[in-house]
Amino acid sequence: MINTADILETINMIRQENLDIRTITMGISLLDCCSEDEGRLLTNIYDKITKNAENLVKTGEEIEKKYGIPIVNKRVSVTPVALIGGKHGRDTYVKIAQTLDRAADTLGINFIGGFSALVDKGFTKSSENLIASIPEALSITGKVCSSVNVASTKAGINMDAIRLMGKTIKETAFLTKDNYSIGCAKLVVFANVPQDNPFMAGAFHGIGEPECVINVGVSGPGVVSSAISRAGDCDLSQLADIIKKTAFKITRVGQLVASEAAERLGVPFGIVDLSLAPTPAIGDSVARILENMGLECCGAHGTTAALAMLNDAVKKGGVMASSHVGGLSGAFIPVSEDEGMIAAVANGSLSIEKLEAMTAVCSVGLDMIAIPGDTTEAVISGIIADEISIGVANTKTTAVRVIPAYGKKEGDTVEFGGLLGYAPVIKLNHNSPEKFISRGGRIPAPIHSLKN
Amino acid sequence: MKAIISVTGKDNVGIIAGVSTICAEKGANILDITQSVLSEYFAMIMLADISELKIPFSEFVDILSEYGNSKNLQIQTMHEDIFNTMHHI
Repeated sequence: MINTADILETINMIRQENLDIRTITMGISLLDCCSEDEGRLLTNIYDKITKNAENLVKTGEEIEKKYGIPIVNKRVSVTPVALIGGKHGRDTYVKIAQTLDRAADTLGINFIGGFSALVDKGFTKSSENLIASIPEALSITGKVCSSVNVASTKAGINMDAIRLMGKTIKETAFLTKDNYSIGCAKLVVFANVPQDNPFMAGAFHGIGEPECVINVGVSGPGVVSSAISRAGDCDLSQLADIIKKTAFKITRVGQLVASEAAERLGVPFGIVDLSLAPTPAIGDSVARILENMGLECCGAHGTTAALAMLNDAVKKGGVMASSHVGGLSGAFIPVSEDEGMIAAVANGSLSIEKLEAMTAVCSVGLDMIAIPGDTTEAVISGIIADEISIGVANTKTTAVRVIPAYGKKEGDTVEFGGLLGYAPVIKLNHNSPEKFISRGGRIPAPIHSLKN
Repeated sequence: MKAIISVTGKDNVGIIAGVSTICAEKGANILDITQSVLSEYFAMIMLADISELKIPFSEFVDILSEYGNSKNLQIQTMHEDIFNTMHHI
């Protein structure tokens, strides 16, 4: 019989420490949906998604029952929509977003990702049209997530795109102003975007992906945090070891669920995303892990070092537990979705500058941060440019998902609800980067010898 | 195919009898039981063969969980694979 202590450990992780599978995301290619006829294009998209993912939610629920582990979200990601819009104009893109939303409703999923464009080197006509449609698309749909890749280490940084995204984020905030500018919570600006990310809002089905694929994102900040508490006063080598072992166990569950889901749905297994994805629930926070490691409050000097170690140990433990690893893989630090981060911003310990430094050593980037509603487009573009440069220079993914909450000022609180949580509006540096941003053009790709 | 049934809660008369009866009715063959009572709390882990189960596994999970609720116990039934994958390389 299996060791009793092991059984109790697993049950305790699920019941007390919020271990769950954060998402099973089915990636679906829409490349064969193109049509010059708008009606046919929309029908093709709707039919393909609803047919392929028909059993996604049901299968997820069955697996949940079988293993007794919650699978919080079942989602779909599709080919970046800018690649399938052909000659159609902006208005058609809005209709595509509505079609994706309708498909998500039919399937019973909570988000669908891939209303995206890849413009790291420049714009195509269709990516321009898609980006122009983003504010309206996000304001009239509830489940569609959008992302734009504006830079890569190979191509450099498209500053015209960054300027445009500053404007797009502001417009989206305005159009969803009655709902705390929530549209911006569904819009991510990326550098070096991964093609197989299962997590929203940045998920899409990359161009090198097969027809259909299953990707799984695990979670478990609570489990890591408790393991660290139990370890007591050990040194950091031992702590890294404990984190690795815990990450291994968490990821094994992800691998089990992913292979079972892939088999039941008759779709290839893609990757497991080795992530520590927090939620606003108590005991499910990445910030609290860092505090458990010995910081008085997240944001204190030492936070970046602690996070770097945590992130690295999670990867090392997780890699061995899964046959294929991908996506964003690492610790997430979304402010509004992490109870400890919210508290640290509210008490002034965690600033946007510190968050930016933290993103240099963990996955994702400046995520779910509420900023004052009167922040200018240029300042938003400046925030994006800074964050994106970290990714480009360090050959890693970085992203920006900030919410200029309409009518809100520093210190106010913004409520998004559900997994998106709530956030205090953070303090920004309002000196203008206007002239720098308005120069436009491209920042050349960085050199990767002469490393300093 | 095997399942692990874990039962925790306040100790009472007939817990094992109740759970075993359900297993017998539904065709789950009990292979092993470990059980302990710590102060007044009851904890039992049962290993059962579910390959001859007469109903779908998900229904079996629900029936046991409802029985637990009616007796003020927490009963979780999970496929053994989750424990094997998590704790064995």
